[in-house]
Amino acid sequence: MRIKTGIKTVRISIIGFGNVGGGVAEVIRRKREEIARRYGLNIKIVGIADLRGISVDENGLSEEAIMGLRRGDKKLEKRADMTSVDLIKEVEHEVMVEVTPTNIEDGEPGLTHIITALESGKHVVTSNKGPLAVEYKKLMERAAKREKELRFEATVGGAMPIISLVRKNLAGNGILSITGILNGTCNYILTRMAEEGLPYEHVLKEAQEIGIAEADPSKDVEGIDTAVKLVILANSVFDMNATYKDVEVTGIAEITPDALKLADDAGYVIKLIGEVDREGCLKVTPRLVPQDDPLNVGGTMNVATIKTDLAGDITVIGKGAGPIEAASAILSDIISIYR
Amino acid sequence: MEISMDIELQDIPGQLVLALEPVSDFGGNILSVLHQRDKKTPSGRIPVQLVFELEEKRLDRVVERLKERGVKVVRIGKERLKESMVVLLIGHIVHSDVRDTIDSIDRTGFAEVVGLSVSMPGVAKKSSASVTLSAIGKKELEEALQILKRTVNKKGILIITPI
Ligand SMILES: NC(=O)c1ccc[n+]([C@@H]2O[C@H](COP(=O)([O-])OP(=O)(O)OC[C@H]3O[C@@H](n4cnc5c(N)ncnc54)[C@H](OP(=O)(O)O)[C@@H]3O)[C@@H](O)[C@H]2O)c1
Repeated sequence: MRIKTGIKTVRISIIGFGNVGGGVAEVIRRKREEIARRYGLNIKIVGIADLRGISVDENGLSEEAIMGLRRGDKKLEKRADMTSVDLIKEVEHEVMVEVTPTNIEDGEPGLTHIITALESGKHVVTSNKGPLAVEYKKLMERAAKREKELRFEATVGGAMPIISLVRKNLAGNGILSITGILNGTCNYILTRMAEEGLPYEHVLKEAQEIGIAEADPSKDVEGIDTAVKLVILANSVFDMNATYKDVEVTGIAEITPDALKLADDAGYVIKLIGEVDREGCLKVTPRLVPQDDPLNVGGTMNVATIKTDLAGDITVIGKGAGPIEAASAILSDIISIYR
Repeated sequence: MEISMDIELQDIPGQLVLALEPVSDFGGNILSVLHQRDKKTPSGRIPVQLVFELEEKRLDRVVERLKERGVKVVRIGKERLKESMVVLLIGHIVHSDVRDTIDSIDRTGFAEVVGLSVSMPGVAKKSSASVTLSAIGKKELEEALQILKRTVNKKGILIITPI
């Protein structure tokens, strides 16, 4: 490991301060010394915005102030003179971290945030799938034109490295296809149904109670979330110009305990599988996965098998969701801009 | 025994009869003929798949006779249904006439439903089934799967296939 001597200050803004935004602040706090020592970076959070308001300090918000905001005992200021877009544009910083909710209809508010950041000379790191699923090509072109980075490892597979794995570590390989489980909620539901022989509705309710499924689970269980991630892979890895409408999607709501039992008898499990190949086929459907296949991972785990022409099959497994896991991918993206 | 054979014919009339005669002449019983006129080999020949029953000891004579007649024998398979696959179906399987679904495969001559197990949780509820398809080759298995997909899609049944 090469040790950096000079320290470079990287000022960032965090737009959207929910689970992931809070997670980003948390990992930066926890890793401050290590990031300075190993990468020579001093990451300063100079602005935070969400719907409640804005907090700005050009010299870097203090840890106490940020912790207070996270705990909720301090509030973001309601500033009539500044919106999240103004913050991105007017406060000097190097990297804008976009972590507002995913909107696959028009990509907003993330799309405007990202465009504003690139246009005002900031790099962008995001976990927000919406803007990339809607306007991938445009955003990439804009980033290239402004000579800024737009990184989005956290959008697919959470902590599980996939985009940088393919682009960097597998550089030189032709990628034939990527097949995997990209939604932890569906994986949890199918795993529990298979293990306990319980019906779908029952397990879904249980998942909602323990916070694994959202109150409105439709995006997850109908396969939409997986489809959006596939679109991002199709565009970033296979250089396509796909949108959500190009994906054939079937969800998991119809899967019965009986079907899982029959699958088990035949040596299979049922998983919601997303597949994209270089011929342009994009599909999300429940599939039979052989019990001894590396794609057979349980619980909320995500997994993907990348088929390559030189390296053969490579499978990665990791935690697909969770604020710290998503923040891990965001932090790696920030660091990688400066390496 | 049941034998499958891939042959290639010249693209002129009367060739198929020329190829089938030796099988019958040696007491064979033809089960299916897949004549793919639209597909040609690079040398301009027409591929044909035959499945027939024949006493095994007569097979060499049949092959010899075919060669004499200018028929190219590309492959001889003694096990007929070599490839198989399990798929699951979920929906109103029984109401929607399983027989018809199975027949759509068996009618092909190159594939069959060799296993079926159905779980019915109760009337009006959706049932689940596992279906084992077998076919004479990989391509035929894929074709049988497509036929099954079309048949069940029309009936609103969900089909789950292996990766
Ligand atoms: N959670 C995960 O494990 C995970 C993993 C990978 C990717 N992601 C993606 O990461 C993003 C954030 O997820 P999350 O779980 O952190 O969601 P979240 O907890 O709902 O947080 C979203 C935040 O964005 C704020 N926001 C909404 N509209 C805004 C606007 N117009 N301007 C500024 N801020 C705005 C919200 O403010 P209010 O609180 O005031 O409404 C909230 O603070 C989503 O796109 C999600 O798909 C999440």
